[in-house]
Amino acid sequence: MDNVMSNFDLVLKAFGLTIQLLVLSGIASLVLGTVLGAMRVGPVAVLAKFAAAYVTIVRNTPLLIVFVFVFIAAPELGWFVGTPFVVKGVVALTLYTSAFVCEAVRSGVNSVSLGQAEASRAIGLTFGQSMQLVVLPQAFRAVVPPLASVLIALAKNTSVAAAFGLMEATARMRYFTNNNADARPEIFITFAIGYIIIVEVMSAGAITLERRWRVAR
Amino acid sequence: MSSVLYDTAGPRTQARHRMYSVIAWVALLAAAGVVIWRMYDTGQFEYELWEPFVTPVYMQVILEGLWDTLQMAFLSIIFAVIFGLIFGVGKLSDHAWVRWPCWVVVEFFRAVPVLLLMVFIFFTYGVGDGFGSYWSVVIALTLYNGSVLAEVFRAGINAVPKGQSEAAYAIGMRKTQVMTIVLLPQAVKIMLPAIISQMVVALKDTSLGYYILAPGLTFVGKQLYGEFSNQFQTVIVIAAIYILANLILTWVATWVQRRFVGEKRIELQSITGTAESGASQGTAF
Repeated sequence: MDNVMSNFDLVLKAFGLTIQLLVLSGIASLVLGTVLGAMRVGPVAVLAKFAAAYVTIVRNTPLLIVFVFVFIAAPELGWFVGTPFVVKGVVALTLYTSAFVCEAVRSGVNSVSLGQAEASRAIGLTFGQSMQLVVLPQAFRAVVPPLASVLIALAKNTSVAAAFGLMEATARMRYFTNNNADARPEIFITFAIGYIIIVEVMSAGAITLERRWRVAR
Repeated sequence: MSSVLYDTAGPRTQARHRMYSVIAWVALLAAAGVVIWRMYDTGQFEYELWEPFVTPVYMQVILEGLWDTLQMAFLSIIFAVIFGLIFGVGKLSDHAWVRWPCWVVVEFFRAVPVLLLMVFIFFTYGVGDGFGSYWSVVIALTLYNGSVLAEVFRAGINAVPKGQSEAAYAIGMRKTQVMTIVLLPQAVKIMLPAIISQMVVALKDTSLGYYILAPGLTFVGKQLYGEFSNQFQTVIVIAAIYILANLILTWVATWVQRRFVGEKRIELQSITGTAESGASQGTAF
């Protein structure tokens, strides 16, 4: 344990990489997932089918297989050869998480009750206006809790990058437990607390946003 | 197609939508074309790279891997249900000294990544004379999925109408009887689809055993591309097997919901069409 405490900068650096993976792939999958969600609820049938197929395929594939695909299979086709590991990790996490973001966005849009849209049509708003003024503001609020749980799952999923040569928190824990056989439970608790802090900060943030934006229904 | 959000499209809008469709088709076909051209260019269509997947010996190896994976998922979900029952009921206990430890345990295992847990269990108790990587995977998945299910059970028990427990107390049942005879049977019935959805999560997470060299489909895949250096083909085949297994499970969950729970959920007509069945939508990460 003394070894870990004297090398605490390594622990912090590992969590730094975890947070870097989390933030980069979080932003990227919010963008990609929203685009997919828009395709899913939009009027162009081809795109709706494509988005639905993407979600079904990716949601039923283990994240580890997505990582194997990006890190090991894609280079065979000449893609991601010599790309930095962090970028490949972010790509794999984004491909996986955006399917869940897409579902969250879709359920958010669906959660706006039918009467709202009917009422906005009845008072003569155009499609653009009713989307912009009535549906989307409510969908945006309804989407906060499911998106928060998707992003919290992403925070935990960054640990899979450990299996592919990224020295983030889980890989660092493995390194420490290999070298300090006598203090494994303490090391585990130390790293677990790090993850718990990340998860709790995210869920506290989500609850605050939810409260601030809550609408009377 | 008529929708609440817009009038039925006129000729001009229809033409515009057709144009979007054509553009979307062209874009998707172009993307598919690039992938196929890359595959062709790098020789991914060579028969010998696909040959292992139609060779009986290797097909058997893959099936054995699948069997290991299914076993691990099934065992861990069985144990997780037991774990979840104990801790879910524990969280509802009237005694603070039972409630708080249960709360701490459930929250801890829910917040910690399952891979971190797996690595810790394997390198502390699994290696050498320990119980090996197979059981490390099962134990880690039990603790994680059990904690998730504990929350599911707690919510399920709370979802049973209050009149049920009040009536049970009124006819003189004790707390244990109310829980085991009245509340739990009804809660389990409500929660059955959620339990099967959790099986999809467990099945997917067995692949994390790759990091601690546990047996299973992913490990078999690693051995195959190590032998034949057909990384691309192996990933496609292994992913297809996982997807198929998970789709079957999801289908079973939907069937169970129809058969045993019934369509009790109010079918809300949504803006973009009818809602999908709830079973497949659970929090399956």
